[in-house]
Amino acid sequence: MSGIMRARFVVGTAMVLALSLVVAACGGGGGDQGGGGGEAVSGEITIEGSSTVQPISQAAAELFREENPEARIQVGGAGTSDGFEAFCQGDTQISDASRPIDVAEEVPVCEENGVEFIEIPVAFDGISVVVNSENDFATDVTTEELKTMWEPAAEGEITQWSQVRSEWPDEEISLYGPGTESGTYEFFNEAIVGNEEEVSRQSDVEMSEDDNVLVQGVAGDQNALGYFGYSYYENNRQDLKALALDGVEPSAETIRSGDYGLSRPLFIYVSVQALENNAAVQPFVDFYLSEQNLNRLVEAARYVTLPSSLSDESRAQYEDRTTGTVFTEEGEPKGGDLEGALQQAQ
Amino acid sequence: MAQTSKQVERQEGGARGSEFKTSMATRYGFDRAFSILVTVAALVGVAVLAVLLIDVIGDGSGRLSLGFLTSFPSQIFPENSGIYPALIGSLWLLALTAIISVPLGLGAAVYLEEYAADTRINRMIEINISNLAGVPSVIYGLLGLGIFVQLLAPLTGGASVLTGALTLSLLILPVLIVTTREALRSIPRSIREGGYALGATRWEVIWSHLLPMALPGALTGMILALSRAIGEAAPILVVGAAAYQTYTTAGPFDGYMALPTQIYDWISRPQDVFQELAAAGIVVIMAVLLVANSVAIVLRNRFQQRS
Repeated sequence: MSGIMRARFVVGTAMVLALSLVVAACGGGGGDQGGGGGEAVSGEITIEGSSTVQPISQAAAELFREENPEARIQVGGAGTSDGFEAFCQGDTQISDASRPIDVAEEVPVCEENGVEFIEIPVAFDGISVVVNSENDFATDVTTEELKTMWEPAAEGEITQWSQVRSEWPDEEISLYGPGTESGTYEFFNEAIVGNEEEVSRQSDVEMSEDDNVLVQGVAGDQNALGYFGYSYYENNRQDLKALALDGVEPSAETIRSGDYGLSRPLFIYVSVQALENNAAVQPFVDFYLSEQNLNRLVEAARYVTLPSSLSDESRAQYEDRTTGTVFTEEGEPKGGDLEGALQQAQ
Repeated sequence: MAQTSKQVERQEGGARGSEFKTSMATRYGFDRAFSILVTVAALVGVAVLAVLLIDVIGDGSGRLSLGFLTSFPSQIFPENSGIYPALIGSLWLLALTAIISVPLGLGAAVYLEEYAADTRINRMIEINISNLAGVPSVIYGLLGLGIFVQLLAPLTGGASVLTGALTLSLLILPVLIVTTREALRSIPRSIREGGYALGATRWEVIWSHLLPMALPGALTGMILALSRAIGEAAPILVVGAAAYQTYTTAGPFDGYMALPTQIYDWISRPQDVFQELAAAGIVVIMAVLLVANSVAIVLRNRFQQRS
């Protein structure tokens, strides 16, 4: 009987505890943001967007925290599209993006909600095309040949290396690429396959959202060809062989100069309203883009730093509070060159 | 007619007779074989866990230290990374999920088992609850995103740890309800009738006898359900667990990080050091699960012995 009494006591206590906690929780809403003061910045910043850019923003938040422990910064990596969705609703102050904002679909939403933004390139990312390290015949590939392999029409048709280039052997070819949700997939589609449906070969391609899985796949398959972020190749050089694209080897220099065909800028988008109304945003972005920090952050995240002339343009874009995007509806910089487009906008 | 039935009887008797094996050696042989078979079945699960643990500890042991438990993750100095905010976030999730789901789960189970009449609507509710137990967890994440993050944002604080806990509560409620109902159903009818015969009301019988007697069984369900909740990455990723934040969760309306999403983040990074950190993180989440489970098992055993 005492056991039952005790059990009843426990159940009763648990319920009372649960109820009181819920009540306490409901009463505590909004009242817990005091503190701060002094010189350090306080306030809340939410950053959402590309998981590719996330490590750069995370590094920025991490360094900023050392000097401003009161500032509450959250960084998410839900993806560029989800990031813009929240950003254009005014839910986030900064949006990370591995592609420019979509002029046709995303910009109007921002305008509708009165969100003005500053577009700031922060780094370059390259996409490397790789084969197994045992592969002794392929050292380079052309954009045309990549298209032959990856366009949807190649599904079930292009199955041997010799079908891509006649000097290559009659060996089977197995393809590895990022999943359709990935920004890397989107970028590769646009740059290489370039068809209207914006899809590439899928059914007989090993796909994964995790680039490390693709690295494992290509490293363990002699007939493999795959593509993924340059930093993943750089970290696994001993197991992989990167192909030159149209005669240009992927390297930090060729990615930075844009000579390498699969190089893309990475951005942060900052809300002008947040800059004005949220005391933490301006000090944070100042810190992020400052000359002593930006390249350090980009290197910590293993991306390629901007050439100094371009990072100066990025800073000027921010200092002048130049709003809007310099990209066209096709996702190309106006005038074809990012630096020139930024200059013109200011 | 009589004759035929007798014949059948004799035939059946004959059949039974032939099934009876007199060879003791064969029978003991089968007996041993069966006991080996079920032991192997039990050991398979343990062996898989052991291999996983050895592999993970091998990869992550270099990163496991007190500093790992008390530091923030770091992009600039990955080798100094820690899991502190994710650990605190997961403990918040665990506590809030328990507080929200246990009373609801017990309540729903008591209603369905003790109060609900056998009507079509109640049968519908029952079938739906059983079906909900099989819904993929990411679907609950989408539901949580729609209801708790967006619709009820003024109450839940948007993508807060409370939202995460509410979403995980939805996820585990079906399991809680089903196991608690099983526990209530296994209580003999005579206990209830005895109570009513002494003039107790339904509430008194439930409170004084049924709930305490069902508690050990219900606790088993809670252990399983909460273990599942703390290991889930997909639904809380959808409802907005942060990949990084500069502060630790200190209230139900704060943002949060969580162990499974932190591990997921590390695994997808290119540098080797992050792979080691992920392994160390897996060891930590397993330790948290083990501690939580042990506490619950000790509690359950106490109630089982006394009641």
